[in-house]
Amino acid sequence: MSAGFQELEQAPPRMSSRLEGELLEVSLGPQHPSTHGVFRMNVALDGEIVRKLKPVFGYLHRNHEQIGESTSYLGSMPYTDRLDYFCSMTNNWAYALSVEKLAGIEVPERAEYLRIILAELTRLQNHVSLLGFLLSDMGAWGTPLMYAFREREKILDLFESLAGSRMMCDYMRFGGCRVDANDDWLAGAKKIVDLFPKFLDEFEQLILQNEIVIARTQHVGKLSPELAINAGITGPMLRACGVNYDIRKIDNYGFYPRFKFRVPLGDHGDTYDRLMMRALEMRESLSILQQAFTQIQPGPVMNPKVKLRAFKPPVGEAYGRIEGPKGELGFYLISDGSANPYRYRVRPPSFINLTVLEDMCLGHTVADVMVILGSIDIVMGEVDR
Amino acid sequence: MEALEQIKTRIEAAVPGAKIDIVTNGSPSAQHSFKIDNQHAREVAKFLRDDPALRLDFCSNATGVDWLDRLVKKTVKVKQLVDGVENVDQTSEENTEGYLEAVYHLFSIAHRHGPVIIRTQTDRIEPELPSLTPVWRSAELQEREIFDLYGIEFEGHPDLRRILMWDEFEDFPMRKDYTPPDDFEWEPTPHDDVLARAKEHYSPRPAADGAEALTNQQ
Repeated sequence: MSAGFQELEQAPPRMSSRLEGELLEVSLGPQHPSTHGVFRMNVALDGEIVRKLKPVFGYLHRNHEQIGESTSYLGSMPYTDRLDYFCSMTNNWAYALSVEKLAGIEVPERAEYLRIILAELTRLQNHVSLLGFLLSDMGAWGTPLMYAFREREKILDLFESLAGSRMMCDYMRFGGCRVDANDDWLAGAKKIVDLFPKFLDEFEQLILQNEIVIARTQHVGKLSPELAINAGITGPMLRACGVNYDIRKIDNYGFYPRFKFRVPLGDHGDTYDRLMMRALEMRESLSILQQAFTQIQPGPVMNPKVKLRAFKPPVGEAYGRIEGPKGELGFYLISDGSANPYRYRVRPPSFINLTVLEDMCLGHTVADVMVILGSIDIVMGEVDR
Repeated sequence: MEALEQIKTRIEAAVPGAKIDIVTNGSPSAQHSFKIDNQHAREVAKFLRDDPALRLDFCSNATGVDWLDRLVKKTVKVKQLVDGVENVDQTSEENTEGYLEAVYHLFSIAHRHGPVIIRTQTDRIEPELPSLTPVWRSAELQEREIFDLYGIEFEGHPDLRRILMWDEFEDFPMRKDYTPPDDFEWEPTPHDDVLARAKEHYSPRPAADGAEALTNQQ
C-alpha cells in the first residue's frame, strides 16, 4: 500500500446482480428510445435477469380498421402508408393485391416490374435502417445509424422523385401504379443499386464481424423453429430459425417467378442470425433489382378498365398477402357490393411476431431485452394500428 | 391440395359429430371457407393441424366479423295459375338474425399450400367461442384483439384481456352498431358543459392495467 492512501476500514458493500428470490417489477417504456415508438413491457426482474415479461400495446391505436371500413376502397390506399411508415410501398402493394384478388383485376407488365423494384428498394432501406437501429440499441450510438440512414436517404430521395413523398408514398393503385417512372429515374435507381454493394461490404465488415456485436447477439433470444411456426412468426425472423418460407417463392405473386434469387436461412434462431438474415436478404434484393432493371420494358402502368373513383367490387371476400420486409403482410377484405369494404382487416407482421417476445426474453438480462426487441423489427404504427 | 368436399368428408370421418358447411365465396378470389360448429371447433382445428396430408401448421390470420340483422330478399318460383300464367315469382323478405364470426386463415409451411379458411359463429348477445390458441399460438394476440374490438369471449384462451383499448373501456368499437359515446372528443380542450359530459361518461381510470402486478402473480 503506497503512502497517502488510506485503507478503508470496512469493505465496501458488494454489489450483487441477484436479489435472492425477490422480484422487482419495472415498466420499460412506453417512452424509451429502444422501444421504437410507444411500446411498453412490464418486466419482473430478479436482479438483472428477466423472469416475466408482459407487453402492453395500444398507445398508438387509432382503429385503422374501422377507418378503413368507413371510407372507400381507394380512400384506404394512402392510409395504408401509415401502418408501417418505413415500408409504405409494400403496404400499398399488399392492399392493392388484395383488392385485385377481390375484384379480379389484371395488372400491366410494366406496373408489376415497377412494383417489384419499389418493394425491393423498400426492403433494402428497411433492413439497412433496422441494422442501424439495432446497433444503436446495443450502445453503438449514432455512427452506424447515420451510416445506414445515409443509404436509406438515397432510396427515399428516389421515392420522393417518383411518388412525391419520402415515406407516405401512396403510389400503387388497384390495377397498376399511379405514375410511370421515366428512364432518368430508372437510371438513377440503377446507379444507387450499383453502388450499394460497396456500402454493404463496408458495413458488414464494420459491424457484423465486430466482436462486441457477436458477444451481444449470439445465443441471445433463441427461438425454436417449431415454436416459430406455431406462433405464426413470419419474415426474416422465421427464416432465421431455418424454416424455408418466403411468400415470394410460395405464392409466386407479381412477377417473382421470373426472378432468380435465393432465400437465406439461419441456423440457430438467435439474434445474430436475425441480424445476418437482414444483411443477406439485402444482397438478394440487390440481385432482384439488377434483374428487374434489365427486364423492364416500356408500356402502360395502369389497367385502363379499372374505375378507381366509383369502385365497387363484387360481393365476396379475399385474403391477399405479400412478403413484406418485416414478414407476411396480409389484407382480408369482405365486400358487400357497396363502395366501402364491409370488413377491412390488416394482418400486421410485427404485431404477430411479438407473440413470442416473452419466450425469447426469459432468462436474459434487461440489456438483452432491448436487443431482442430490436431484432424482431417492429413499427408501432403497424403493431397498434 | 385436395378439394374442399374431400377435406370436409375427411374431417367428418375423423371428428365424429362435427358439422361442417362449405361457405362459397362469389368473388373472383374464389377463397371458399368451412363453417365449423362451436362444440367441435378445437378438435377440427387439431385435425387440420396434425393431419399428414393437410398439415396446416401455420395460422396466419385470425379476425372477427360482425354481421348485423339483415333483410334478405328471396325470390321463389311458385307454381300457380294466375290469369292463365304459370310460374309466378314471389318475393319474400326474410329477417336473418345478426351474428359475430371469427375467421382463421390457415396455411401449411410443411406442404406449402393454403389458404384453408375456417369460421366459427356466435350470437351477438352473449358471444362465446372456443379459443384456438391451444392449437395455434399465433391466435393468442389476435384473439385478444377480437375480444377487445368485437367482444367475443374465447373459452380456453390463456390470457384474455383487452389489448388495444384500455382495460376500463366498456364498448366494442369494431361492431357495426357502435356509436362513439359523445362529441366531446372533438373539442381540443373540453370545457364547461362538454367537460361535464365527458366526466359523466368516463369514470376515473385506475392506475393499473392487466399487465401490472406481475410480482404478485404465480
